[in-house]
Amino acid sequence: MRHLLRRLGFYLVALWASITLNFVIPRLIPGDPAGALMARFQGRMTPQAIHALELQFGISHDPLWMQYIQYLGDLLHGNLGTSFTYFPTPVATVLAQELPWTLALVGTSVLISFALGSLIGVFIAWRRGSFLDNILPPFLTFFSAIPYFWLALIALYLLAYTLRWFPVNGGYDTSLTVALTPDFLLSALNHALLPGFTIVLASVAGWMLGMRNAMITTLTEDYVLLAEAKGLKERRVMFSYAARNAILPNVTGFALSLGFVVAGSLLTEVVFSYPGVGFALLQAAQNSDYPLLQGIFLLIALAVLGANFLADLAYLVLDPRVR
Amino acid sequence: MAMLPQSPEPAATSASELQPGARTGAALDAVSAGAGKASPALAPTPVSERPWMSLWRIFTLNRKAMVGMCIVGFFFLVAIFGPFFIHTDPSALSNDVLVPPSPSHWLGTTQTGQDIFSQLVVGTRVSILWGLATGLVVTTISVLVGLCAGYLGGIVDEVLSLLINVFLVLPSFPLAVLLAAYVPFKGPLTVAAVITLTSWAYQARVLRAQTLSLRRRDFVEAARSSGESTWRIIFFEIFPNEIAIVAAGFVSTAIYVILAAAGLEFLGLGDVTVVDWGTMFYWAQNNDALLLGAWWWFAAPGLCIALLGAGLALINFGIDEVANPRLRSEARPSKRLLRQMLSRSAGTGVGSGTGTAPFGASRSLG
Repeated sequence: MRHLLRRLGFYLVALWASITLNFVIPRLIPGDPAGALMARFQGRMTPQAIHALELQFGISHDPLWMQYIQYLGDLLHGNLGTSFTYFPTPVATVLAQELPWTLALVGTSVLISFALGSLIGVFIAWRRGSFLDNILPPFLTFFSAIPYFWLALIALYLLAYTLRWFPVNGGYDTSLTVALTPDFLLSALNHALLPGFTIVLASVAGWMLGMRNAMITTLTEDYVLLAEAKGLKERRVMFSYAARNAILPNVTGFALSLGFVVAGSLLTEVVFSYPGVGFALLQAAQNSDYPLLQGIFLLIALAVLGANFLADLAYLVLDPRVR
Repeated sequence: MAMLPQSPEPAATSASELQPGARTGAALDAVSAGAGKASPALAPTPVSERPWMSLWRIFTLNRKAMVGMCIVGFFFLVAIFGPFFIHTDPSALSNDVLVPPSPSHWLGTTQTGQDIFSQLVVGTRVSILWGLATGLVVTTISVLVGLCAGYLGGIVDEVLSLLINVFLVLPSFPLAVLLAAYVPFKGPLTVAAVITLTSWAYQARVLRAQTLSLRRRDFVEAARSSGESTWRIIFFEIFPNEIAIVAAGFVSTAIYVILAAAGLEFLGLGDVTVVDWGTMFYWAQNNDALLLGAWWWFAAPGLCIALLGAGLALINFGIDEVANPRLRSEARPSKRLLRQMLSRSAGTGVGSGTGTAPFGASRSLG
């Protein structure tokens, strides 16, 4: 319990750090992008209109500490400012539209990739030195050294553009209305298959290697040898004895690399014009839409911290020693 | 986050090998986890020969490392000498628009008739130069932070560890995007600075853990009692023993840096007038190369990044395998052999023959 509380405290610190970074970065970096934006309107609008816009974009001339408190208060109310690109839609609304897509696509792909990678890792460590053990690690490592978005581009070109097995872009068939109908869900699934496949292909190697290396160490332990000597079924030794212990570092690895995989997946979304957070990130980056960028960063930070905490909980279940 | 050297916080300390970008480094974890207590081969004895020599041995003995070195060496040669053989301006426009690969344009042309082969060769120099330079700076920062936190301990360690752990859980790429978008001047320097700021934490943590396990060793105690200064102990006694880890860390950082830089530039956050691998993607994507069927436009830079990344990853595999012999591809002993071993050790109690690893070992390799 104490352990859990400490971790919780740490995540709160990390959350505070990301929120504060979000507040500090725009104010530290010279150039004042918001001011530059306002300068564009200068002379074409009445001072009152400019003041109204300033209020809307959250530009203020108060002292920093007052701005900070104001900012924290806004965050608590879910007010992330107004997007420049989708003006006058609030950032929170934009993100709320994009988030379900990303959660469904990236969340599922990451879980599949983690489960698949760990499983393959267990098997190739068990059959160490076999053909698969020699072939799979370098092969999949090559895929993980490829930028996610490039793998996505190639897959898109070969499988969707040339062979026409999959739809070329978007998250669903635009002739359908967004609703929970079988038609729509089927179309959404169809559009998610290829992006999901590329994310899995690009990220599976890390977890497979991690699992393999942990398994190899665990397999030399006495209790594994004893289990084999007792004549237990191979499956039982492999999963209940060896893999159960070997998976612990992989769970930590899952948490640590999540941020990276999510970032790669965002770029995958860009390539597939998938209607998720990644696509919003591209829009925001290319249009200097700072409120949206900040909102996306906060959202991802929150998601990754939350997932880390879940991984800690899983660790607690898996490893009785930390209880 | 106070972490005692011998009782690491499990969830936090057994950093598995998933270095952002480069998923290699199993040996790194042997070190990062369990404060290096259980790492079989990387827990170094004081250097008896020059550390550089042992690095050299790694490269010549291990086949994977050799192949990796050849690939990386090839890109180095192209980066250094390639541009001297390119006589066409990579940005020059021409009337040969979107030509597929042909004898006159080896890798085809862009939508504005620029020659992709010359762009690629010139871009190799920019990408590799900035990738390695950034990797070097990141590694230097992690060495400084990791060794100071590990050796000095106390309040310094508390503060630095908290900083490391916070930067470790924050999603670094979105943070880099945010920073890069705010900086008013775009260019390779901005991209490098942003990546440096967001990616030093992982290596720092690995090195801190390793330093923790080294600081009570006899040779360090001896140096301390003979009155050597703190800085001398850190950088001349401890640091040379961590060369292999630092080298492995540098290699995986370099992969991450090259990938992240390509990602940032792909989003248009670099200087799009500079020709390098990342901006080639940007232009290809922005001109809908894919929908025009111009596969050669984005295929070339991606293949280069993938090859270079794979080469660097192979080098890291090599370092891992030399440092931790258990990871080499050898068959597990067969059932028959196990039975023999068991009957042999029946008199002396059950022993697996490879020695019993300390309790923490099962988690420490990742």
